[in-house]
Amino acid sequence: MSSTALHVVTGKGGTGKTTVAVALALALAGRGQRVLVCEVEGRQGIAQLLDVAPLPYEERRVASGLGGGEVFALAIDAESALLEYLDMFYRLGRAGKALDKFGVIDFATTIAPGVRDVLLTGKVYEIARRRGEKKDTGPQYDAIVIDAPPTGRITRFLNVSTEVAGLAKVGPIRRQSDSVTAMMRSDSTRVHLVTVLEEMPVQETLDGIAELTAAELPVGHVVVNLVRDALLDEAAASAIDEGSLDAEAVGAVLSSAGLDGSTATTLVAEGRGHLERQALQAAQRALLAESDARTAELPLLDGVDLGSLLDLAGRLREQGVA
Amino acid sequence: MSPSKSRTAPAAGRPRSQGRVVASRDAAGHLDVDALIHDRSVRIIVCCGSGGVGKTTTSAALAMRAADAGRGVCVLTIDPARRLAQSMGLTELDNTPRAVAGAGADGGSLDAMMLDMKRTFDEVVESHATPEKAAQILNNPFYQALSSSFAGTQEYMAMEKLGQLHGQDEWDLIVVDTPPSRSALDFLDAPERLSSMLDGRFIKLLLAPAKGPARLLSAGFGLVTGAINKILGAQVLSDVQTFVAAFDTLFGGFRQRAEATYALLQAPGTAFLVVASPEPAAMREASYFVERLAGDRMPLAGLVVNRVHDDVTDGIELDEARAAARRLRGAGETETQVAELLDVHVERLITAAREQRERDGFARAHPGVPQVPVTALSTDVHDLEGLRRIGDLLARTGTPQG
Repeated sequence: MSSTALHVVTGKGGTGKTTVAVALALALAGRGQRVLVCEVEGRQGIAQLLDVAPLPYEERRVASGLGGGEVFALAIDAESALLEYLDMFYRLGRAGKALDKFGVIDFATTIAPGVRDVLLTGKVYEIARRRGEKKDTGPQYDAIVIDAPPTGRITRFLNVSTEVAGLAKVGPIRRQSDSVTAMMRSDSTRVHLVTVLEEMPVQETLDGIAELTAAELPVGHVVVNLVRDALLDEAAASAIDEGSLDAEAVGAVLSSAGLDGSTATTLVAEGRGHLERQALQAAQRALLAESDARTAELPLLDGVDLGSLLDLAGRLREQGVA
Repeated sequence: MSPSKSRTAPAAGRPRSQGRVVASRDAAGHLDVDALIHDRSVRIIVCCGSGGVGKTTTSAALAMRAADAGRGVCVLTIDPARRLAQSMGLTELDNTPRAVAGAGADGGSLDAMMLDMKRTFDEVVESHATPEKAAQILNNPFYQALSSSFAGTQEYMAMEKLGQLHGQDEWDLIVVDTPPSRSALDFLDAPERLSSMLDGRFIKLLLAPAKGPARLLSAGFGLVTGAINKILGAQVLSDVQTFVAAFDTLFGGFRQRAEATYALLQAPGTAFLVVASPEPAAMREASYFVERLAGDRMPLAGLVVNRVHDDVTDGIELDEARAAARRLRGAGETETQVAELLDVHVERLITAAREQRERDGFARAHPGVPQVPVTALSTDVHDLEGLRRIGDLLARTGTPQG
């Protein structure tokens, strides 16, 4: 029987992790899949992006009619996950409430190290193992996309069994975290890293790939986001470099076109700035190419709405991420 | 706001104030960074903001500029990029401020340090417990996990370190970078969370077998420990119990110092800078920070908007540039090249307009909070000169090119 594919989307803060996670979910749905996209950091980034009401601890359909697929969304929080877990496995209706009253829920979810991550990933594990309503219809979801914690924390987040190893050597938490880690390391999981073509995010991405690989976690695509297109072709670039396309030459063309020729100096300076940024992008792209990871690129768009998310989804499909 | 946030946010029950804005504006209405760092009554500047907005660079650049202006400065960074750390001589993580060579003028100086949260925690334990008790705590598995991997430890320890540095009284200005917390201002919650953990019934019950009358061991407690044993395994509970018992004597001191640091942050002499980039998500976070600081009555200096691409919008207007590019393209070699330059200009105008919308939106929501835009440099900062350039941009005395 086929299993649920798991796409974990991480990235440095500010690179557009949530946007890529949602676009990826839409891309998979566009292939006719039933997809769940979840967030685990209590930011409500998915809801804000899709312009829907804040997501509860309950799967909600947020998009449908895209090539037959559907997208559901869920905000996972550790407190709800713990109470649900207690109820599901221990029928701790009354004890669960007592635990809350004694401050144990707070303790377990905010102070006890590693437990929070086990609860968050444990919920994903539970959903991934669910079957559809009819017998032998396969999994309830074809794919789950996680808008995961940032690159600096991702290995720790996915490698929960190592995290709790020092703490819990036996017992259900240990068993649970071992099962979660096994799923994260399996063939059905891919960890995608979102980056932009700047020094720090690229370095963090390369470090992240090394860390994930060392922890035997499967690296998927590096999604290069917010790429600025080259607007000057080679001829224009070398003309600016050589100085033949200078303020005088540009000014003459502008004047003949009925524009203010005195703005030529600004235009040439802007052109140089653009070439400089393109060169920096190229240098960072080359650094990424040195790693073995497959890459996909997404352009910088002017604002994000459903239309542009679908545009990004299409590009992720074309480049084989979905 | 998520249930988890509202559950731990202590500000919710406190009266909302308008927020104290402590900084001045320059003639153009921007946040006057130089006035802030030249004000000798300002002893602590805290930079906060979401991840990836250049908070660490802003902290380092401010500290550098203050040192160059004659102040004795210490900058506490949390997780600097490798090359930025190297540029300040921070090659090893030794948890002690070190002088930065080449920084400071007019009698000013700059010391810098990176926070080592585990070592800070260990030092607190070692300096407040007997050697035997300290060894017992340091070897406890629960303590080891708590001090090295618990996400909130960094926030607690940043507060602890700030309190220590302030107590040393060696610097007349301390600039603090804050951890890129998932929930914005977790470090403000540190005293509150310590208190609630201390006063929590759970901890009291855990301690009860060791020191309390047996009647505390109610049926409820049996239910609770039973459940915990089921879920975590009995060994975890006994580790936690041993840890809590050993740590009990330290708790009071911890809470006291955390509360003192919290009061220090509220006091005159402290200024908060919120750092953002002109993107919707970062600006939303910035709004949340400003509101949260007001809720906690923390003194706010203003908003630093980093990575502003195009602060200047001179030259040909958008529609005209678009139309001209259409006309010129294909009309000849030079004409086509000029059309491409116009494309670059159009892109720049669009970016500038988008970023301006974000900044205007913030200004409308928080009219009392001065902003300063910092133009994006084309490369990351990896030397002291780079920090000085950022300092010039922050104080609006420099241009990105020069």
